[in-house]
Amino acid sequence: MNLEIKSEMLNLEVAGMYLRNPIILASGFLGISQAIFERIYDEGAGAVVSKSISRYPMEGYRNPTIVVLENKSYINAVGLSNPGCEAFSEEIKTNDKVPLIVSLVGSDPSDFEIMTRKLDGSGIIGFEINLSCPHVQKLGLEVGDDPQMVKSIVETTKSNTTKPVFVKVGVGSTNILDISQAALNAGADGITAINTIRAMKISIDNFNPILSNKVGGLSGPSIKPIAIRCVYELWKKFKVPIFGCGGVSNWEDAVEFMIAGATSFQVGTAIGFGGMSVFNSISNGIVKYMERKGYQSVKELIGRSHKY
Amino acid sequence: MVDHTNTDILRSVQIERVIAETPSIRTIIFEDKYSVASMPGQFLMVWIPEVDELPMSVGIENLGSHKFGAVTVRKYGPGSTALYYKKGGERIGIRGPYGNYFSIPKNLRNALIIGGGTGLVPLVRLFGDLLNYHVNTTLIMGSRTKSEVLFEHKAQKILTDNNHNGNVAFSTDDGTYGDKGSTVDLAESILLSKKFEMLYTCGPELMMKGVQKLGERFSIPVEASLERYMKCAIGICGSCCINDRLVCQDGTIFDSNRLRQLTEFGVSYRDKSGRLSSFIPQP
Repeated sequence: MNLEIKSEMLNLEVAGMYLRNPIILASGFLGISQAIFERIYDEGAGAVVSKSISRYPMEGYRNPTIVVLENKSYINAVGLSNPGCEAFSEEIKTNDKVPLIVSLVGSDPSDFEIMTRKLDGSGIIGFEINLSCPHVQKLGLEVGDDPQMVKSIVETTKSNTTKPVFVKVGVGSTNILDISQAALNAGADGITAINTIRAMKISIDNFNPILSNKVGGLSGPSIKPIAIRCVYELWKKFKVPIFGCGGVSNWEDAVEFMIAGATSFQVGTAIGFGGMSVFNSISNGIVKYMERKGYQSVKELIGRSHKY
Repeated sequence: MVDHTNTDILRSVQIERVIAETPSIRTIIFEDKYSVASMPGQFLMVWIPEVDELPMSVGIENLGSHKFGAVTVRKYGPGSTALYYKKGGERIGIRGPYGNYFSIPKNLRNALIIGGGTGLVPLVRLFGDLLNYHVNTTLIMGSRTKSEVLFEHKAQKILTDNNHNGNVAFSTDDGTYGDKGSTVDLAESILLSKKFEMLYTCGPELMMKGVQKLGERFSIPVEASLERYMKCAIGICGSCCINDRLVCQDGTIFDSNRLRQLTEFGVSYRDKSGRLSSFIPQP
């Protein structure tokens, strides 16, 4: 079997987005510059999600913004630093190469209306609404825990674009299924699950919480079992396109997300441990797994665990 | 049990001693086996509890017969000023060393090093290594004024300890020590009178851009250590990007071939929000 046929096994369509493979760069990682987007695509990613873009530029928190834990997990409180939608639309205006999904963050529907209009004409394939950043007040999870606000934000965004809109949900105080229900009722095309989970790291030598924001979001293998459970429940209830996210480090994790119900999956933390080659190594692992199992298309994996 | 071999995990170290280098620069010395094994050009992320975390070039200091890790800091912003005023016995956090390091090609016969300000921290280490490898090396040490000349005693000790051909030249912005003017002008005059096979540089970016241009003009390879705003140091946040490269992982050292491709080098950098800003104010 030649390489071309092998890579075709990974082609799939997600809510109208045609991807060469299901491996997507997760939001928050590396994603503010067009040159880096192109490099990530050249390294083998099927699509790229930008860092969350807000209406105005944000500098984020002071360092330390990231703490490395022992089990290949991180806690971060970057504080949604981003160049703002004006500068970002300038950044990506020449993009005709990278399947780019823009992550949006805001505090009310008017933010999303302005940003969607500004970015809709850029060379992008869709939007992801970040309703679950766990460490910035009045943005993210505080918005995402309010089903009524979720509904009006999604409706506003959908009415200003014809491109697919995913909603990224997290483990907050409201049930993930209730928030997803509100988002889907309002017209969301799919769900990204999950975001990081509120967490802390404290120095036993200095006694201080290490992050400048004290509390951050946990990512990596530590949250994978929770993310798998969320994807499983979402698929079971809604059967909609799902981007699985949370601790995908290798092809085994990727397959687990897909058979739990993820249509595609997002990779972030693993780049810090394996570098950008992680995209190709996951692709290769999935192809070999499919050959062993006798599958023709990666789509055959989606939700397969629900037969049992 | 904490995995003490994972250098990405923050480790708390007690400050052994603080040395005043100039009226605005101090060296902070601490016990750390990973710093002692570092190479010139690599950096640590240094946590100043409750204030900031900063990338800093990692040094090695001998106290008696024992080697210690060290960082040399100029008081400037809140983080560097808080670190500058730290005292022996206080604790800071470190992780790393990170990044690549200056290369010394086999059969290199002579090299010119051009450094400015705290950019001299890795370069004086490199100067010692080059002389140890019997490479004829001239070190240009640039500073604003005589009282801010950094590491002259270290450079002199390296010259004394080595019988090989080393030279040190000085330039100051105000002419109070050595040549008056820029290190790049001094480097140009030295290049016009003597042949070199390699240029190494670290310091203000526009100075390094000047060195790159000298490299192109005289057809000499260059290695430059770049600086960008940094958060993670492990290649995931993207804050330190220059074109499609990450300074923390792909650098901080870039060679002539790569520098030629980096159109942002000496032109623009990304601020804390990720917006491109110009090194030279736009009219």
